[in-house]
Amino acid sequence: MPTALYRLILACLLLLPLGAYANDANDFAAANNSEQAQLLESWAAHPTPGRVELINGLQQGQISVDGEVKTLRLNNRLRGLIDTALASHQLLAVDPKLRLNAAQQLQKSAKPAQLKFLDQQLAAETDSDVRSALSLALANLQLVDPDPAVRLAAVRLLGETGEPLARTRLENLLQPDIETDASVRTAAETSLAQVKRKLLIGDLLGQAFSGLSLGSILLLAALGLAITFGLLGVINMAHGEMLMLGAYSTYCVQLLFQRFAPGAIEFYPLLALPVAFFVTAAVGMVLERTIIRHLYGRPLETLLATWGISLILIQLVRVLFGAQNVEVANPAWLSGGLHVLPNLVLPYNRLVIIVFALAVVVLTWLLLNKTRLGLNVRAVTQNRNMAACCGVPTGRVDMLAFGLGSGIAGLGGVALSQIGNVGPDLGQGYIIDSFLVVVLGGVGQLAGTVYAAFGLGIANKILEPQIGAVLGKILILGLIILFIQKRPQGLFALKGRVID
Amino acid sequence: MNQPLMLTATQKAGPKVTAWVGGLVLLVLLAMPLLSLLPADNSFQVSAYTLTLVGKILCYAIVALALDLVWGYAGLLSLGHGLFFALGGYAMGMYLMRQASGDELPAFMTFLSWTELPWYWVGTEHFWWAMCLVVLAPGLLALVFGFFAFRSRIKGVYFSIMTQALTFAGMLLFFRNETGFGGNNGFTNFRSILGFGITEPGTRAVLFFATVMLLVISLFLGWRLARSKFGRVLTALRDAENRLMFCGYDPRGFKLFVWVLSAVLCGLAGALYVPQVGIINPGEMSPTNSIEAAVWVALGGRGTLIGPLLGAGVVNGMKSWFTVAFPEYWLFFLGALFIIVTLYLPKGVIGLLKKKDEQ
Amino acid sequence: MKRRSLIKAFTLTASIAAMGMSWTLQAAETIKVGILHSLSGTMAISETSLKDMALMTIDEINAKGGVNGKMLEAVVVDPASNWPLFAEKSRQLLTQDKVAVVFGCWTSVSRKSVLPVFEELNGLLFYPVQYEGEEMSPNVFYTGAAPNQQAIPAVEYLMSEDGGSAKRFVLLGTDYVYPRTTNKILRAFLHSKGVADKDIEEVYTPFGHSDYQTIVSNIKKFSAGGKTAVISTVNGDSNVPFYKELANQGLKATDVPVIAFSVGEEELRGIDTKPLVGNLAAWNYFESVENPVNKKFVNDWKAYAKAHNLPGADKAVTNDPMEATYVGIHMWAQAAEKAKSTDVDKVREAMAGQTFAAPSGYTLTMDKTNHHLHKPVMIGEIQDDGQFNVVWQTKEPIRAQPWSPYIPGNDKKPDYAVKSN
Repeated sequence: MPTALYRLILACLLLLPLGAYANDANDFAAANNSEQAQLLESWAAHPTPGRVELINGLQQGQISVDGEVKTLRLNNRLRGLIDTALASHQLLAVDPKLRLNAAQQLQKSAKPAQLKFLDQQLAAETDSDVRSALSLALANLQLVDPDPAVRLAAVRLLGETGEPLARTRLENLLQPDIETDASVRTAAETSLAQVKRKLLIGDLLGQAFSGLSLGSILLLAALGLAITFGLLGVINMAHGEMLMLGAYSTYCVQLLFQRFAPGAIEFYPLLALPVAFFVTAAVGMVLERTIIRHLYGRPLETLLATWGISLILIQLVRVLFGAQNVEVANPAWLSGGLHVLPNLVLPYNRLVIIVFALAVVVLTWLLLNKTRLGLNVRAVTQNRNMAACCGVPTGRVDMLAFGLGSGIAGLGGVALSQIGNVGPDLGQGYIIDSFLVVVLGGVGQLAGTVYAAFGLGIANKILEPQIGAVLGKILILGLIILFIQKRPQGLFALKGRVID
Repeated sequence: MNQPLMLTATQKAGPKVTAWVGGLVLLVLLAMPLLSLLPADNSFQVSAYTLTLVGKILCYAIVALALDLVWGYAGLLSLGHGLFFALGGYAMGMYLMRQASGDELPAFMTFLSWTELPWYWVGTEHFWWAMCLVVLAPGLLALVFGFFAFRSRIKGVYFSIMTQALTFAGMLLFFRNETGFGGNNGFTNFRSILGFGITEPGTRAVLFFATVMLLVISLFLGWRLARSKFGRVLTALRDAENRLMFCGYDPRGFKLFVWVLSAVLCGLAGALYVPQVGIINPGEMSPTNSIEAAVWVALGGRGTLIGPLLGAGVVNGMKSWFTVAFPEYWLFFLGALFIIVTLYLPKGVIGLLKKKDEQ
Repeated sequence: MKRRSLIKAFTLTASIAAMGMSWTLQAAETIKVGILHSLSGTMAISETSLKDMALMTIDEINAKGGVNGKMLEAVVVDPASNWPLFAEKSRQLLTQDKVAVVFGCWTSVSRKSVLPVFEELNGLLFYPVQYEGEEMSPNVFYTGAAPNQQAIPAVEYLMSEDGGSAKRFVLLGTDYVYPRTTNKILRAFLHSKGVADKDIEEVYTPFGHSDYQTIVSNIKKFSAGGKTAVISTVNGDSNVPFYKELANQGLKATDVPVIAFSVGEEELRGIDTKPLVGNLAAWNYFESVENPVNKKFVNDWKAYAKAHNLPGADKAVTNDPMEATYVGIHMWAQAAEKAKSTDVDKVREAMAGQTFAAPSGYTLTMDKTNHHLHKPVMIGEIQDDGQFNVVWQTKEPIRAQPWSPYIPGNDKKPDYAVKSN
C-alpha cells in the first residue's frame, strides 16, 4: 500500500467525523477504480460511524462532493466491496437487526484485514443472535489462525452451519498439506460431514419445492382446459392464447396503474386478476357463441377451428402490441425470496403461485359442485339431450362454462406473467403440456388434473438434475404415452357404460 | 362423423370430367421437368424456383394424401405425421450428408469432437440402405406405436393428442446436438446424390419426376384401397367401430395396416422433399406443421382422394403468395381459412365443387 | 421540446426532398434489394425490427439520391421462421425479383438454409447478427461479430480485477450451434488461461425453456466453490424466466455476475431490469454510446418508428444487430457506387477494404479477404432504465477470426472466402 494512502487513513482517523466524511468523499471521487477498491477495503477494516451515510450513498451509486451530488460509475467489484464496507460500518449501528444483517453479510465476504475489528465487535456485542452470526463470520477467518486451539474452535463452529461456503472452506482445509494438526483435521472431517448432511436436506427440500412450483404452474395452465376440453369436449387449441390474453391483461392493468395510480402500483396484480378473468371469459364466450357452438359433437373439427382462432389471436396481439415481449414487473412483495436454510431460498412469486393455484382449484370445485350453475354444467356435459328436456338452458350453460374455462385460463395467465415472458407466443409453450395434464389426469376429472399436474411437475424436477432438461422432458413424454396405453382413460376414469 | 362421407371423388363427380382434368394436370406435371431443361431465354422454360416450389408442394400433397388415408377413411386424426415425414427426410439427409463429406465425418460431428460415426449412421453411405431406412424408420415407429395404441383401443381425441406428444418428443430429441442429427441446424449443404450434383437441372428434373410418380402411385394405391373390401371395412370402422366388431371383424389389423402404410408414404415424401428444398431440421417435427397438414386435408375434403391434394396445393400456393404480398396478414388469413372450412365446408372444397355438379 | 421540433423539421425536409426526388426519378428504373427477415413465427420477435431498420436505411440512402443515380426499391418477404421457406424465398428474391443484394437472416440455421442457394445463383447476402463463425462464403458478408469479437474479450474482462477476477465459469446456453461453438471456443480459451475442467460447467437447455429453478440452484451450489461468473448464450425468449429466477433466488451480480451474448436493448424492453443491474452483456455497439453519429442514428430511428407507427414506437431502442444492418446496407451502397454497378462480382471486389463511420463511434472496415467487419468490443452493464453502461471497450476494432484458432483443424482453413461446394 502506498504511504500516501496510510497518511490518508491516518488523517481520516484523526479528523472530526464530519470533516473525515467530507474528505473521504473527496478522496473517493478523485480516485481511480483500483484506488477506490483499496479505500473501501481500508474503510471496511477500520469503520467509523460518520462514514455510514457516505457508503450508503455509494451503494446507490451516488456521492456528494462539496454539496454537489454526482453519479458514480461502479463495477461489480466495487459494489461488492461497498457492501462489505457498509456491513462493517453497520456493526456499529444501534439497531440489532442492522447488526445481524451486517454480520450475515460478513460471513460471506469478510476479509482477513477485518479480523481485528470483528474480534473487538464480538467482545462488545450483547445481542445473542448477532453474537452467534458474528462468531461464525469470525470463524471463517480464524481457519488460518496460527493457534491450533483457535482453529479447532472455528472448525467446530463451522460444522454447525449449513452454509455452502462452509463446505468449500472445510474441503480446502482438508486438502493435503493445508492443515497439519491432527485433532483439527479430524474435527474438520466431522464438521464437513455435518455440513454436507445439512446441505443435502436443503437440496432435497429445494427439489421438492421446485417440483411443486412447476406442478402449480402446469395446474394453472391446464385447469381452464380441464373445463373446456374435459367437460365440454372442445379440443380448445386456443387455450394457450387465453393464457396469453390473461398475461396481456396484466400488462395493461400495470400500464394503467403506472399512469393513474403510481402510488398503488404494488397491488396491480390483485386488480389484474378480476380484469384478466373477465376479459378472457368475455373473449371465450364470444368465441363460443360465434364459432364453437356450431361444432359440438365434432371434437376433431373444434381442434381445427380453435387452432385457426389461436393463429388469429396471436397475430392480433402481435399487431396491437408488437412482436416483442412486453415488460411485466414483479411488485416488491413478489420479488426476492424466503431464506429457509442457507442453501434454500423459496422465491415469493413461486410461493404465491402455489397458494394461488390451490385457491383456484378449490374455487372451481366449489363452483362446479355447490352451485346451480355447476349442477347445470355437469348435467349438460353428461347428457345434453336429457338436460335440455329437464329445462336446462343448454346454450346458455355452454356459453357460461366455456367462459368459465377461459376465465380460469386468464387467471393462469396472470400467474404466468409473474414468472416468465409476456409475448404473443406465450400460450404456444403451454398448450401441449396442458393437454397432456388433462389427458393424463382423466378427462372430466378435476382431481385427476390436480394429481397429474403435480405428478408431472415433480417427476420433471426429479429427472432434470439426473439426465438434463431435454432428455427428462422426452422421457416424461414417453412415459405418458406408455401410461395412456395402459390406462386410456387417464388416472381417474369416469365410470359409466356409455358406448358410441 | 355424423355425415357419412363419400368414398372417392372419382365415383360420383362425373368420372369423365375428373379424368380429363386429372389427366391434364398430370400431363403438365410430367412436362414441367422437361421444360425446366430448356435454356433460360426460352419463354417456355420452367425456372428452378417454380420447379422446386411445385416439387415441395407435391411432397406436401403426398403427406396430405397419406393423412387422409388414416383420417378420412379410418377416422384416426394423426397430429404426428410430421414426424414420419421428417424421419424419411432425415434418412435421406444422412445419405446426402455422407455424400457431401466423403470419407470424413459430417461437419457437425467433427464440430462436436466426435471421432467416429454413431452406430445408427452405419451404412448410410449406401443409397440402397438409406432407402431402406426411409421406409423402415417411419414404418417401424408407426408399427410399434400403432400396435400398442390400437391394442388398447385409443382413438379419437386421445389418439390425436398422443400422436402430437410423439412428434413433440421427437422434435425435442432431434433438437439435441448429442442425438447425432445436427441439432437445430439439421442437415444442409448437400452436394450430390448418386454422383449427380444436387443443383444440376437434370438432377432437379429427375427428382421432380420421381415425386410426380410417387404421387401417382400413392393415388393409385389409395384408389385401389378405397374401392376394395378393405376400404369399406375402414370406412365402417370410422363410422361405427363397435358395430363392426360385433360383426366379427377385428379392427386392429386394419387400422395398423393403413396406419403403417400412411407413415411409410410420408417417409417417402420426406425423402423426396429433402434434396429438393436442401434442408431438413427438427422444425419439420413441430406439432404446428402436423396440424397444418390436417388443415390441407380438411380444406380439400376428407374421405376423398383428390381433396387433400387440392388442399395442400391451395394452402401452400397461397402461403407462398401471401407471405410476399401481405406478410403481416398471412396468419389472419390462414386462421380465418381454418374456421370457415370447419364451419361452412365440412366436406371441403371438393364438397363445394360436387354440389355444383349435382345441381 | 426543442429537440422534437428539430426532428420534425428534419423529417419534414427529408420527406419533401424524398418526394421531390421520387417525382423526378419516377420514370427511371430502380435497384431492387431483398429483405429476408421473419415477420411471423418465433423469430419475429427479433427480426421485425431489423426489417424496419433496413427500410429506414434504404429511405435514408434514397433521400441522398440513391445508388448510382437509381433509387433503391425494397422487396420485403416473410420466411415466417420456417427454415425451408428461407431457402425458397431467397431463390425467389434472386431469380424472380432479381434483387441486387439481400439483407437478412438471424438464426444460424436460416443462414445455413439459404447459403447453398446464394452460392448456386451467385447472389449476395448481408448477415447482420453475431454468430459462431466456422463459415466464410464468398456470397455472404458478415456484419455481426465472430466469436473472437465478442466472447473472448468478455471472458478476459471477467477474469480481470475489475470484472471480479472470476475463477470458475458456468457456460449456460440454449442447445443449438451458436452456444455450442462459442462454449467450445471458450473452454479451449479458458484451458489456455489455466482454468481446469472442474471449474467449468457447461449446461444446455432446450429452446423456449422457461423453468430455471434447477439450473439457478445448481449455479448457486457451484458458486460456493470460488468466485464464479456465468457466461450466458441463452436464446432471447428464455432470458426473462432465467433472470427473474436469478433475482428471486437472491443471486446478485456482485456475487455471481452473468454476462450475456444475446441480450441487448431490444430484449431488455421485455424485462423489469431493476433486479438485473450490474449484470453484463458483450456487444459491438450499445445504444448508450455517446458520439454524434450514434445520436443521429438513434434519433432517426425513433423518428422513423414514430412516423411509421411501429408497435411500441414510444419506447423504440436501437441494438447491435440493427446497427450491423445499418452499416451493412451503407457499405453495400458505397461499394456499388465504387464499382459503378450492382453486379455481384464487382460489388464483392469493391467491398474489400470499404470503410464506414459507424454509430458505435469507430470507423469500421470490411476486411480485405475474410468478408467480416473489423469491430470494436464493448462490455456494458445493465442499468435500471433498460440501457447499458459501457464499462470496458477495446481501443481499436478487432479483426474477425471466423475460423477460431481454438477449434482443432481450423489452422488448415484458408483466410479468404471459398465456396463450400
